[in-house]
Amino acid sequence: MKPASFKYLAPDSLAEALALRAEHGDDAKALAGGQSLIPAMNFRVAQPSLLVDLNKINELRYIRREGNELRIGAMTTQSAVERNDLVAKHQPLLFETVPFVAHPQIRNRGTLGGSLAHADPAAEMPVVALALDAKFKAQSKDGERWIPAKEFFQGFFTVDLQPTEYLTEIAYPDLPARTGWCFMEVARRHGDYAMCGIAALVTLDAKGICEKARLVYLNVGDGPVDASRTAALLTGQAITDEAMRAAADKAAGDEMNPFGSVHASPEYQKHLARVLTRRALKTAHERALTAH
Amino acid sequence: MTDKAQFQFTLNGKEHTGEAEPRLLLVDYLRHEIGLTGSHVGCEHGVCGACTILMDGQAVRSCLMFAVQADGHDVRTVESLGTMDAMHPLQEAFREAHGLQCGFCTPGFLMTLVPYLEEHSNPSEDDIRHAISGNICRCTGYQHIVDAVLLAARKMNA
Repeated sequence: MKPASFKYLAPDSLAEALALRAEHGDDAKALAGGQSLIPAMNFRVAQPSLLVDLNKINELRYIRREGNELRIGAMTTQSAVERNDLVAKHQPLLFETVPFVAHPQIRNRGTLGGSLAHADPAAEMPVVALALDAKFKAQSKDGERWIPAKEFFQGFFTVDLQPTEYLTEIAYPDLPARTGWCFMEVARRHGDYAMCGIAALVTLDAKGICEKARLVYLNVGDGPVDASRTAALLTGQAITDEAMRAAADKAAGDEMNPFGSVHASPEYQKHLARVLTRRALKTAHERALTAH
Repeated sequence: MTDKAQFQFTLNGKEHTGEAEPRLLLVDYLRHEIGLTGSHVGCEHGVCGACTILMDGQAVRSCLMFAVQADGHDVRTVESLGTMDAMHPLQEAFREAHGLQCGFCTPGFLMTLVPYLEEHSNPSEDDIRHAISGNICRCTGYQHIVDAVLLAARKMNA
């Protein structure tokens, strides 16, 4: 099918885009990379009356260091993130995960901010942002505010952005010392929506005991699913095979509600979560042992 | 009917000025308004890869872009690759290694692989399978496509 008619505006600057947003509110649908929105429009699932194309706003495309954070402009493409040395050096979890996002052709156009603001429960970027406690900068004509990842994601395709705001920047804090990371997912074909995926972080103390863990899952709930009670149980423990198995059972058993699909029953998604939790914790633990 | 938008972009090396309703997809503009029918429309949601073109040298889906969004950019379609008498080495390799049967998916594969081979001159079979993971072929079973890419890499390195 083909998209329904809409009015199209392509501002050159953020200031112009925010003025349009203030004027039109939720009627002004942002067009970022368009790799989720345009398919939805082609199917006429989405029929926005006004598109504000943000692609000409080059001031929103950057990756830079600020203090101990990596700051990424919302319109930075996923392939720019994938190829960036600062990301590789300072944000290994993000760097490891980006190649799992769809296909190379999609990542050439798809943006980090677009994926985060879209908040598809099956998407990789929200899971990584939540695991890393990233912060989101929302700007309006009248100012800006920072939103922690925990508050930004509010459920099925829903984020904490007001009708006057656009997401403009994402800040990823550096990993603490002695922290290992791992992202894994199971998809039927590379680039398809995964049936389950996990971002795991393990921080060890000087004696090798788990100081902090983080387990965040994709496609097992209405957004990125943070198994925080399971992660809290790992604190103060040695990361043994037994501890990893117990964590996997608890996370899959108590902390997720996968919906199931034609390709995977909820039980199978939980099975995947158990296996991925064990594997990802193992890798994250090994990496923590050799991290600085 | 909304107003038409005006735009200008470089198309296969030549300046192009055009206009279209904003909702017109780039692939439909290329095919129906300009007559460049090499880019194919398969799934219209970014999964099949048949519409892959180059924008500013990068492979993108022309079904997931509006024509008006090409404004100011450098667009290359499969028509820019070679002629019947002087084919691109990748096209030659597809012919020689039987990298196509019905040919519907081929333009998308070619436009995905042209920038890939420029960046990766000596890819392994596994690398190639990853590189073409965003293109679907319903005839070949992919093996001869992979063979063609390996052959093309050899030709382009020679």
